[in-house]
Amino acid sequence: MTHAPDSLRTGSAPQANSLRHQPDSRGHFGQFGGRYVAETLMPLILDLERHYRAAQQDNSFRAEFDYLLKHYVGRPSPLWFAERLTEHLRASAGEDLGAKIYLKREDLNHTGAHKINNCIGQILLAKRMGKTKIIAETGAGQHGVATATVAALFGLPCTIFMGAVDVARQQPNVFRMKLLGAEVVAVESGAKTLKDAMNEALRHWVANVHDTFYIIGTVAGPHPYPELVRDFQSVIGIEAREQILEAEGRLPDMLIAPVGGGSNAIGLFHPFLDDEGVEIIGVEAAGEGLDGKHAASLAGGRPGILHGNKTYLLQDEDGQITEAHSISAGLDYPGIGPEHSWLHEIGRVRYEPVTDAEALASFQKLTKLEGIIPALESAHAIAAAERIAPTLGKDKIIIVNCSGRGDKDIFTVADALGVEL
Amino acid sequence: MTRFASAFSKGPALVAFITAGDGDTAANLDALVAGGADVIELGMPFTDPMADGPAIQAANLRSLAKGTTTADIFAYAAAFRSRHPETPLVLMGYANPMTIRGGDWFAAECQKAGVDGIICVDIPSEEDPELGPALRGAGVDLIRLATPTTDAARLPDVLNGAGGFLYYVSVAGITGQQQAAQASIDEAVAQLKAATDLPVAVGFGVRTPDQAAQIARVADGVVVGSAFIDIIAEHGDNAAPHVEAFTRLLADAIHGAKEIAA
Repeated sequence: MTHAPDSLRTGSAPQANSLRHQPDSRGHFGQFGGRYVAETLMPLILDLERHYRAAQQDNSFRAEFDYLLKHYVGRPSPLWFAERLTEHLRASAGEDLGAKIYLKREDLNHTGAHKINNCIGQILLAKRMGKTKIIAETGAGQHGVATATVAALFGLPCTIFMGAVDVARQQPNVFRMKLLGAEVVAVESGAKTLKDAMNEALRHWVANVHDTFYIIGTVAGPHPYPELVRDFQSVIGIEAREQILEAEGRLPDMLIAPVGGGSNAIGLFHPFLDDEGVEIIGVEAAGEGLDGKHAASLAGGRPGILHGNKTYLLQDEDGQITEAHSISAGLDYPGIGPEHSWLHEIGRVRYEPVTDAEALASFQKLTKLEGIIPALESAHAIAAAERIAPTLGKDKIIIVNCSGRGDKDIFTVADALGVEL
Repeated sequence: MTRFASAFSKGPALVAFITAGDGDTAANLDALVAGGADVIELGMPFTDPMADGPAIQAANLRSLAKGTTTADIFAYAAAFRSRHPETPLVLMGYANPMTIRGGDWFAAECQKAGVDGIICVDIPSEEDPELGPALRGAGVDLIRLATPTTDAARLPDVLNGAGGFLYYVSVAGITGQQQAAQASIDEAVAQLKAATDLPVAVGFGVRTPDQAAQIARVADGVVVGSAFIDIIAEHGDNAAPHVEAFTRLLADAIHGAKEIAA
């Protein structure tokens, strides 16, 4: 048994024609995924895969991962029945309409988002492979902070690549990373945002493959990254499944999660992919609208090759990558994880766009109704839930991934609302 | 005899790289040939050149800022072929611009334009179906890269389906940065030549005639790119005479290295 998607933590056993057996042995999810990297990196990618397969079979690896998730990250994260949001939406819905909304509280994790789950898993792999230096890319800085955090915990030197534009607009996170002991490299190439940070991290990695581990922050990049990041994040869905069974005695009718690269979403979705009764919605950032600047790779892009994998990308007719835009820096990426592209094409997951304005409204609404300040990423999922819940019966159940907390976004939100801090 | 075979049959070859659409491309291509370059690599600009150092990154952005399209690149190539029927021409770049309209489309365009070979940085042998079968079907060589991390176990996979010449990336890193130690180049080239009949060209970090001559003692070709890009960056649309003069220095050093060695 070399290929067990859920070997880290076991959910329900995958069925014979399961949707949970992806990717294939070459890292492909249907036509997506793969290993589109320079030859210099190829041997390292193969080595990483070998080590990951061994780790999957190693009880001590799983035990250490679980221990850190419980005692350091603070898992399990609660599944919160958002009663006031539910009632608020029912008030304007028709009779017997208004599904019950639960929030999976990834915002309560250490460092304030789901990102840490994956960083814990990858730094354990780095240690296992004998790598002594850590690098990562970051956009808004959440993955950078999570990576700097685990690097501090394990005492490994850490370099974070961040676009110069993002460095300028995310100063609190830059300072956090520095406090944690990381070096932050402001990337001046290209558009100076997340994709350029990823380019620069790859350039650094290719020159330092012998001692450096690259902790990729989302379910993208060359195989086996999309698979292993998904497996580390699947703890979200595995817990949610147990928690909803305990609270309601049955599975939910719908899952909703925001999708940039898509790691929190795949983490929630994957353990439910074989449950036919569970409808699954991924929410893409529609920015200023799909006819304007946006970051909705599935709605507004087409398949192409970037950063080691084939997936839907925002690009022009010559295959040049175009700039993404979202008010949420975490969704501001011109691509999406390859497994999402596959789930989109086979129709298992429906992807819907939510604009900056809708996310901003939901950010405020959730804060006032539930006393929970969601990340702007998560606010996109809340907005989709607000749209859908009133169309479903009162007996229906929706789980929304509250993937992160919104403290990091207060400056952006204040700016958008015309408030000076 | 193919253009590649002919170009490498005369002794160590200068393989010269410039980015399409950066500066006066047609004039610079002519200058490379006039100065004595044996093989031309024409870079296809890409928004996200992950394997390139600052010099070629900047060239990519300059070219794209001027609006260079894939159609423009094939037009440069076709015009080059009509002016220079003998000199092998390679397109070098990244997977997405090459595959966005399908591998078959790209291979057919290469064939029409008289392009002899393709170097795609981010399609390793594992992903060969993306482009390899289409190119081979169209009679366009797929030039593979070997690197210091390519071990003996992998090398047969890298060579399987390879054509034209083998490009040895002499440093684990990006273009135009540090140069590898000559001893490690000598050793690697010897190993590669034992494994393939293809000519072996060495590149990454080669910037001076002296460095080029050292490599030419053992390799079939020396690839120089960033040093040309720097000249074009400095002189803009009037770079051709400077490109030709520098080409001549490199070509003399490389071609002379064979005579000394013999």
